[in-house]
Amino acid sequence: MSEKKNHYSGFGLFKHALSFHEHWQRVWRNPQPKPFYDVVIIGGGGHGLATAYYLAKVHGITNVAVVEKGYLGGGNTARNTTIVRSNYLWDEAAHLFEHSLKLWEGLSQDLNYNLMFSQRGVLNLGHTLQDMRNIERRVNANRLNGIDGEVLDTAAVQTLVPLLDCSPNARYPVLGASWQPRAGTARHDAVAWGFARAADKLGIDLIQQSEVTGIRVSNGRVQGVETKNGFIGAAKVGCVAAGNSGEIAKMVNMTLPIESHPLQAMVSEPLKPCLDTVVMSNHVHGYISQSDKGDMVIGAGIDSYLGYGQRGSFPVVEHTIAAIIEMFPFLSRVRLNRHWGGIVDICPDACPIISPTVIDGLYFNCGWGTGGFKATPGSGHVFADTIANDRPHPLAQPFSLDRFVSGYLIDEHGAAGVAH
Amino acid sequence: MLNIYCPYCEEYREEEEFTYAGEAHIVRPPDPECVSDEEWGRYLFHRNNIKGNHREMWFHATGCRLFFNVIRNTVSYDIEQVYKLTDTPPEIREDQHK
Repeated sequence: MSEKKNHYSGFGLFKHALSFHEHWQRVWRNPQPKPFYDVVIIGGGGHGLATAYYLAKVHGITNVAVVEKGYLGGGNTARNTTIVRSNYLWDEAAHLFEHSLKLWEGLSQDLNYNLMFSQRGVLNLGHTLQDMRNIERRVNANRLNGIDGEVLDTAAVQTLVPLLDCSPNARYPVLGASWQPRAGTARHDAVAWGFARAADKLGIDLIQQSEVTGIRVSNGRVQGVETKNGFIGAAKVGCVAAGNSGEIAKMVNMTLPIESHPLQAMVSEPLKPCLDTVVMSNHVHGYISQSDKGDMVIGAGIDSYLGYGQRGSFPVVEHTIAAIIEMFPFLSRVRLNRHWGGIVDICPDACPIISPTVIDGLYFNCGWGTGGFKATPGSGHVFADTIANDRPHPLAQPFSLDRFVSGYLIDEHGAAGVAH
Repeated sequence: MLNIYCPYCEEYREEEEFTYAGEAHIVRPPDPECVSDEEWGRYLFHRNNIKGNHREMWFHATGCRLFFNVIRNTVSYDIEQVYKLTDTPPEIREDQHK
């Protein structure tokens, strides 16, 4: 059982300052794995850690291990552009992402960890008449589903974002935008660490530097996972490995309808506060926000080739920056400070896979592609429910692997906002 | 930036001249009316998504505008071999890094 954790609070911060912050308790344990768990989660990123937390918190299942090949949250959770929103087109996707957004609201309190969740709104710009028709359609679909959204004209966009080039003489003039006020950003590392700390506190073992090399199956039922450090028995195994999901699926002779691509992101040098919302443009193609440190956080489309290298090609960076400068000419002389890439598991319909498999006790949660971060709590919550009850959560049901047999794909390329 | 050897133009050209065209050697079921929904779904959507040496197609969009095959390592991004669509697919050599 884990030791009693210090509850984070303003008073605690003051108290620790008196001893020069030298006596903070470790945020989670580093235990040796037990021989057997009720559930093993493969993948210690945001989604895997959230799954473990909700298994314990909602279902009382605490005999759980999260097995991570590197360090917690070191994959895509560490590499995204931090945007959180739920303005998806189709009912199925809208409900899943809105479920997640509702969990974000209050999550810092729930986890007793400052996630820096900032509901500063998200704008999706329209630069053509067809863009504006798509925007009208999506906002109306959102509102019919009880999700906040408004259509703004150029003047309203300019008021919200003074430094956005809204002049009619721009190469791609801004005709308007969709606006989701409850959307925003969150600190990506914090959500991994927040879920990790809370899960550890509930007795869940976090096993790092322990790559899974095989899954043992017997009589059509999962028995456990082989790792670099030995075998760990499990009654149920949930795979949440994002770009490496295909490698895990191979261990049980499964293929998946996903392809792993590089997705690059970058930050500028810190600037004084000049952008207090999130701006995304499908047409010009780029998205940008400003972190609390002052850096402009920028991203755009995937590299088109398959890639596990956590890096991509320079032409994508050039096109991304061209789009950003088209929207924000004042940034043309600002320097980029840092640039990196992740491995995104892309599905043919830009929607995730949350599914049991033909093997009893084996479940997959993957295919989130370019839009996983915003779904972190929602994904963990419904996947935990799916594992605990051995059937898809109602919100997860449309996202089973079956849809690639039935043909009932849910096309969210537009809402994904990231060129595929 | 990848530098890709086009086997038709017979020179290395920059990545920006090409379009990635997906996994190579995917065979369309000869009689679509006779395959199960599972098989058809697998053909349409499932991919091998290789972590390592991957056979893929590229299209020389701003050059000769022909398709060709490439064996590229999806971890190091090194291009091991290039071959035309009509060539017998070469074996992936032992000395090529995984």
